[in-house]
Amino acid sequence: MHYEVVVVGGGHAGCEASLACARKNHKTLLITGNINNIADMPCNPSIGGSAKGIVVREIDALGGEMGKNADKAQLQMKMLNYKKGPAVQALRAQADKITYPKEMLKTLQNQKNLEIKEDLVEDLIVENDEIKGVILENGTKIFSDVVILTTGTYLKADILVGDTRRREGPHGERPSNHLSDSIKKLGFTIKRLKTGTPPRLDKDSIKYDEIKIEKGSDKLYTFSFDNKPNYKLENQVPCYLVYTNEKTHKIIRDNLSKSSMYGGLEDIEGIGPRYCPSIEDKVVRFSDKERHQLFLEPESLYYDDIYLQGFSTSMPHDIQEKMVHSIKGLENVKILKYAYAIEYDSIYPTQLKRTLETKKIKNLYTAGQINGTSGYEEAACQGLIAGINASLKLEGKEPLILKRNEAYIGVLIDDLVTKGIRDPYRLLTSRAEYRLLLRHDNADLRLRRYGYEIGLISEKQYKQLCQKEKDIEKLKKILKNNKLIPTEKNNKLLKENSSSPIKDGITYFNLLKRPEITMEWIEKLVDIPYSDEVKNQVEIQIKYEGYIEKANREALKMIKLEEKKIPIDIDYDNIHNLASEAKQKLKEVRPTSIGQALRISGVNPADISILMIYLKKEKIHE
Amino acid sequence: MEDTIAAIATAQGVGAISIIRVSGGDAIEIVNKIFDKNILKAASHTIHYGHIVNNTQIIDEVLISIMRSPKTFTKEDVVEINCHGGIATTKKVLELLYINGCRQAEPGEFTKRAFLNGRIDLTQAEGTMDLISSKTEKSRTLAINELNGNVSSLIHNLREQLVSILANIAVNIDYPEYDDIEQITGKKILLQMNQLKQDIQKIIKESENGKIIKEGINTVIIGKPNVGKSSLLNYLLEEDKAIVTDIAGTTRDIVEGTINIDGIFLNIIDTAGIRKTDNVIETIGINKSINLIKSADLILLILNNNEKLDKEDIELLSKIKNKNHIIIINKIDLPQKIDIKQIDSKNIIYMSLKTEEGATSLKEKIKELFQLEKLETSDLTYLTNARSLAILKKSLSSMKKIEKALEENQPIDMIEIDIKTIWNDLGEITGETYQDELIDNLFSRFCLGK
Repeated sequence: MHYEVVVVGGGHAGCEASLACARKNHKTLLITGNINNIADMPCNPSIGGSAKGIVVREIDALGGEMGKNADKAQLQMKMLNYKKGPAVQALRAQADKITYPKEMLKTLQNQKNLEIKEDLVEDLIVENDEIKGVILENGTKIFSDVVILTTGTYLKADILVGDTRRREGPHGERPSNHLSDSIKKLGFTIKRLKTGTPPRLDKDSIKYDEIKIEKGSDKLYTFSFDNKPNYKLENQVPCYLVYTNEKTHKIIRDNLSKSSMYGGLEDIEGIGPRYCPSIEDKVVRFSDKERHQLFLEPESLYYDDIYLQGFSTSMPHDIQEKMVHSIKGLENVKILKYAYAIEYDSIYPTQLKRTLETKKIKNLYTAGQINGTSGYEEAACQGLIAGINASLKLEGKEPLILKRNEAYIGVLIDDLVTKGIRDPYRLLTSRAEYRLLLRHDNADLRLRRYGYEIGLISEKQYKQLCQKEKDIEKLKKILKNNKLIPTEKNNKLLKENSSSPIKDGITYFNLLKRPEITMEWIEKLVDIPYSDEVKNQVEIQIKYEGYIEKANREALKMIKLEEKKIPIDIDYDNIHNLASEAKQKLKEVRPTSIGQALRISGVNPADISILMIYLKKEKIHE
Repeated sequence: MEDTIAAIATAQGVGAISIIRVSGGDAIEIVNKIFDKNILKAASHTIHYGHIVNNTQIIDEVLISIMRSPKTFTKEDVVEINCHGGIATTKKVLELLYINGCRQAEPGEFTKRAFLNGRIDLTQAEGTMDLISSKTEKSRTLAINELNGNVSSLIHNLREQLVSILANIAVNIDYPEYDDIEQITGKKILLQMNQLKQDIQKIIKESENGKIIKEGINTVIIGKPNVGKSSLLNYLLEEDKAIVTDIAGTTRDIVEGTINIDGIFLNIIDTAGIRKTDNVIETIGINKSINLIKSADLILLILNNNEKLDKEDIELLSKIKNKNHIIIINKIDLPQKIDIKQIDSKNIIYMSLKTEEGATSLKEKIKELFQLEKLETSDLTYLTNARSLAILKKSLSSMKKIEKALEENQPIDMIEIDIKTIWNDLGEITGETYQDELIDNLFSRFCLGK
């Protein structure tokens, strides 16, 4: 049996990776432990959120599937930070945990060039540091040109509850025990990580009249640039808000030694995510807080589980019962699934290139939680990039490497391969230095052209993009060429909008720069025959022009440094004047450009100067 | 294109002329901003005479050489400024360059660029690498020494305050539904900015005092004709003849003489006209005085005890109100006709230059004014390098921009970008540029998560 691409693991990374390869006409095999768990959402029942929601848009712009699938499965749509500036708005969907995987499986099964196989991969076939295929549990060999590992948390997974440790993955799935060892044998550094998930509650046992309702947005949205909203606001499923109290905290403090993480288990090595602490952690570290906020989120229309966001714990079951019942509104609640923590193996990500190919083994790619990230969206975007780059390599083309000013995806991958990780990596708005450029609204303008060039965006979609770009320019021209005249009537209108009156004519373009003037207001005076999307885009581009230009200038500086390449075979031991810490870091990360080298902690500007002089010297020698 | 760098290229402290070298893509454009003639279209390898100006204020009279890429030392556009006004003025020019977009050149950076752009050969480059590694070590220790504990902890505190705002804004963005976490409002930022502004202004002020210790207080003596300016000058010079330094030989007589008051130097500046009027009518007009006031650290205004204040006196009084000044009521040996109530100042001393009665109180007042006693007792909070001072001044102007943006109701997350710039800039002074600092701070300060 021979395939061009074998993808190991059917989670969010695996789905995007195998779809991208198959859509680019490469014969692809997806191997998953359980076909019913494809695109499973084992933790929170939502897709998107701050920064992550923008990643979903980026995936869609590049021709990935997550956005379209989330649109099919959404129970509630919410535009976060709606009242803040455009650069931080992000969409989040509460997604049905039955519908989402079901729809994704359908898409995979209907995909030409893609086969799905239910099995466990236990070893890799490697010859002369080049991947040749995989070996299944029963010893069957499957040969391929490229292997993409998207194994999630299943490498040597241990479920931790109280003082018990069981070797299994989420949902009682069998973990992969030997794959992690064979990766280690190939010379990779493995890092053990840990994460947790909160209890699930029976939706009919919650006292809804005692808790606060949290609704979605009252405007309609879609993740995908190709979809139009086709849901009704009145069908949106709400979330709810509850709080812990002093009683909850006392139960936790009194039983702290029973928690796996606080002494219940002594052999914990995994490092947990800082952004997702267990409730034990929260109570201990923020002991002066009187209460902690928790959200009740619906998991599906087809079963009764409610996800208790903010309450992940590794306490024994009986203590979990007490803790949950101390919360107002949840006094009589029935716990359907207990919370647990999970420990798993990951590959330290500085061992990857920016294409997500491993540096060590040719044609072996890794994506998702195996690379030390956390979150469905983080996984999906890596899967897409690994799939794209694996295909491009098969086709003998240049890889797709997104820059930090082009996409959150670029920020994520650059962070991983340049800085490594301390705890499971989650995208945050503050990780992006050019977040003003990386907006929800412009993901298509930033990335669709790439998607088209790669071959994941159709001719029709591309034409729509070009039309949108043209419309944006045309509308800007209209606003530049037309003036508001200082008549009494116009000044009265301005005054009504608490905007200062004008003495001379002012172009609508300049008028729009005033914070209180919106495109909607201007539309009362001028006919603007363009779509809402175009109007919104032009408004943002004009209103925040100064800030956007500043960000672009900063980005340009970074790009210039990115363009200074460092040869792949550079021998850092040959550079005598380098500080030893810098030398060691440079050898570990092996940055491809001066810009990337500068972002490595422990490498300072003097080291960079020395590196640049050395490179120039080498060039002269040649 | 590389960013544009600047540094003093001549040995410091000696020689009448110091040369500032500026190199990089924006060299000509940046110098043009502070030069009183337009040099944007000037031909390569030409020399231009003119003045370095800060808005309208003249800083120095200079010659500048314009050398366009590629026939220059670094193969980039290079401008060299020949400054004539002594080291204090040269540093001021350098500070202006930094404020207008130049970066301080690292040790060996001109040579490094010369090499990278193919101007010098390999052996020279080897030397440069050694130079960079040794000089960097040296400048690291130097920088640490220069930043005394006070100032680095002060700036560290400023950054702490900024990062707490930044982390709070970041949390508001990334966790918008956490209603237990305080929402940062424009009002709150404004409040914090005001506090920070005061702190920064304090450091700038003390730094300028610190500079005073090293470089002297630029002092001018003003007053109407015959009020006793020349007598005061002679009295002060008489006091300390031994270290009067006539620096004739520079192209301009900027510093008339330097007087040592208990270890602190007073540079009596630009008194041209005072001495030669010993026995003739003084010609120094009020316009000249006003120009002098602008550039001085200290103004000594002499008034006549024996005369009523006239229009000219009152105008001078109003001009010096916001500057460091001492009002000397001279001729107390004659009957008092002056109306003291008309003078709104805490810094008044009475003396008679004829009898030298009350003369010592002048020195005491000077010391008090510059808190010299305090400075001498060591806990100085000052930055000595022009780059650091320029950063602080730039931060101040960024804060003004933030205030304006807040008034315009710009979204907080836009304003955050400017706050972050200040935070990053201040980090350059203390060398704290750890990129994950903000994220660390976010998670240690706020309780978040699923």
